[in-house]
Amino acid sequence: MDIRTNPAFLRGMTTSRRDALKLAGMSAAALALAACGVEGKKAEAPKKDAVADFWAGKKQNGTLRFANWPLYIDKDGKDYPSLKMFEQDKGIKVSYTEAIQDNGSWFGKIQPQLAAGTDIGFDLMVMTNGNQLQRALSLGYLAPLDHSKLPNFAANAAQKVKNPAWDPNNTFTIPWTLGVTGIAYNPEFVDEVTSMNDLWNPKYKGKVGMMIDAQEIANFGMFALGIDPEKSKEADWRKAAAKLQEQRDAGLVRKYYENDYIDALVRGDIWITMAWSGDVFQQITEGKNLKFVVPQEGATIWSDNMCIPKTAQNPVDALALMDYVYQPKIATMLVEYINYITPVPATKDLVLADAAKAEGEDKEFLEQLASSPLIYPSEADLAKMRGYLMLDSKTDQLFESIFQPVTQG
Amino acid sequence: MKRLTPYLLILPGGLWLAIFLVVPMVFMASVSTQEGNVVDGFAQTFNFANYTNTLALFQTQFLRSVGYGLAGTLIAIALAYPIAYWIAFRGGARKSTYLLLVLLPFFVSFVLRTVSWKFLLADEGIVLAPLKSLGVLPEDFHVLQTTVAVVGGLVYNYLPFMILPIYVALERVDPRSVEAAQDLYATRSAAFRKIVLPLSLPGVFAGVLMTFVPMTADYVNAGILGGPQNTMIGNIIQTKYLINNDYPSAAALSFTLMAAMLVGIFAYAKALGTENVLEAAAR
Repeated sequence: MDIRTNPAFLRGMTTSRRDALKLAGMSAAALALAACGVEGKKAEAPKKDAVADFWAGKKQNGTLRFANWPLYIDKDGKDYPSLKMFEQDKGIKVSYTEAIQDNGSWFGKIQPQLAAGTDIGFDLMVMTNGNQLQRALSLGYLAPLDHSKLPNFAANAAQKVKNPAWDPNNTFTIPWTLGVTGIAYNPEFVDEVTSMNDLWNPKYKGKVGMMIDAQEIANFGMFALGIDPEKSKEADWRKAAAKLQEQRDAGLVRKYYENDYIDALVRGDIWITMAWSGDVFQQITEGKNLKFVVPQEGATIWSDNMCIPKTAQNPVDALALMDYVYQPKIATMLVEYINYITPVPATKDLVLADAAKAEGEDKEFLEQLASSPLIYPSEADLAKMRGYLMLDSKTDQLFESIFQPVTQG
Repeated sequence: MKRLTPYLLILPGGLWLAIFLVVPMVFMASVSTQEGNVVDGFAQTFNFANYTNTLALFQTQFLRSVGYGLAGTLIAIALAYPIAYWIAFRGGARKSTYLLLVLLPFFVSFVLRTVSWKFLLADEGIVLAPLKSLGVLPEDFHVLQTTVAVVGGLVYNYLPFMILPIYVALERVDPRSVEAAQDLYATRSAAFRKIVLPLSLPGVFAGVLMTFVPMTADYVNAGILGGPQNTMIGNIIQTKYLINNDYPSAAALSFTLMAAMLVGIFAYAKALGTENVLEAAAR
């Protein structure tokens, strides 16, 4: 597989690039925010006929503006094969932009327009099920989905992605991909890891990476204490923060990383770290000697979700794409490039079928993909996984004020 | 018409400042005393406790930032002065080439330059790995995620801002005044101390203004090169603003930082005996 077509190689470059893009985008976002005013308005309880109300009179316009993260869709040279097929099948022209570098600055950019009820320039966007998406939901910024237009989602989506706690009945979102936050380590320096406690092991002093994101690190603190994060309360958060502070005070933590932990792990700055499944899978397929585990105490499962801003100009077209990517054939094209967990389990057989047809390194790569627990996690692992805690606007501030002193003290 | 000309000339710059500096500042000043959250909205309650609360909570990061800014500025002076001196007095015909070399790093993005340090200084990277295998450094020695890395990054990124004003000041020193001093039996070092150094101080002052302020407010270097003990106030403001959407706290912290810097700079100007800070900086 050459460099041009090897998605793993391209993805391998994302971390530093994302980093750079993010920092560069920040000043722009800050300016946009400064001008935005600071109105907030809680969404009213969804009305029963909200779906019918929103979609009444909306028609397919033949164009779609899609905002996604860098290197998060199959690409061939300058083309996006799956989007090309969509354009041919549905007659909808897609303008695809890698506009989102991280949830924080993205929410900062779109919030003023959504608060003012004006177009954000996109009809479809992908956001992680964290605080920002929660805020967008509470503020009523998203269009309720018309599930009668999502038959492929109903038929092909994995049971585990349907009806998530933070968006009951997938009222506003359906997943683009999913990922697991577990532990990655370099077996050259670290003995076999099975437990969260290995992140607290004094043997790895100064060689442990943790994540700076409050929800990510909070979950790990709670797993280590045997607390179920989805059911946790303030007292649990304080206990978890104390546990994490203990790890920090002992000098174990090298740094609280954003998405640059993977470079640090590959370069040897750290030996063991909190990590996202897809990043590690890509490094392993590039031949790096790394391991990823779902610790016995549990791990975090998250999803990046497609959603339609309520001010979208072409919502019908957006809904069409949301359903289109849930066809196993299309989902297979996506997972073979993206290397994160696909919400369509039927893709596994199709990846294997592709592997049977392929040769050499391609074949090896696809076989690895189909058999990897990082892409198709086992039922036993899935049973141990928990989502992020759902926070409302009040507890949100409390939660962050408990965990940020650990990461930014 | 003739009398209007100067005003017309400052109009574009004046408007620029009014629109992009004054208006956002007024807006942020208003935000800094509001209360609320992004979902329920923020209301103006003239809650000045935002200032005292955030200062109490983040005084460590505040002091750390000022410390890093001071350390970085002093190192920058120590490095920049000899370079500027050499270019000004020994640069000869190639002066502009040397100045271009000083500015060359600016042709590459600030963030990319800083990120490249991560590769240079990696624990098993091209600098440290050979030294470790030679036994010069212990196995667990590292530079990244230390104060040295952050202050080093600050100095590296802002050094040209120190070199240029010092160079300009030194360039203006009339070599004949040094010759005159030597004619009057001053030694070379006395001539430097009594003539060159005092004449170059306004350049140093301008350099301090242009490096200390951005260094103290910087968040990129601590974010990329720093570790758990290196969080600067800029990182806190960034988190408050973009991650927590806690605009009032972020705004209050920004204003506290700005006020502290203004006080510091004026105190420094006074101590230096400069009559007029801005005039000195402009020279």
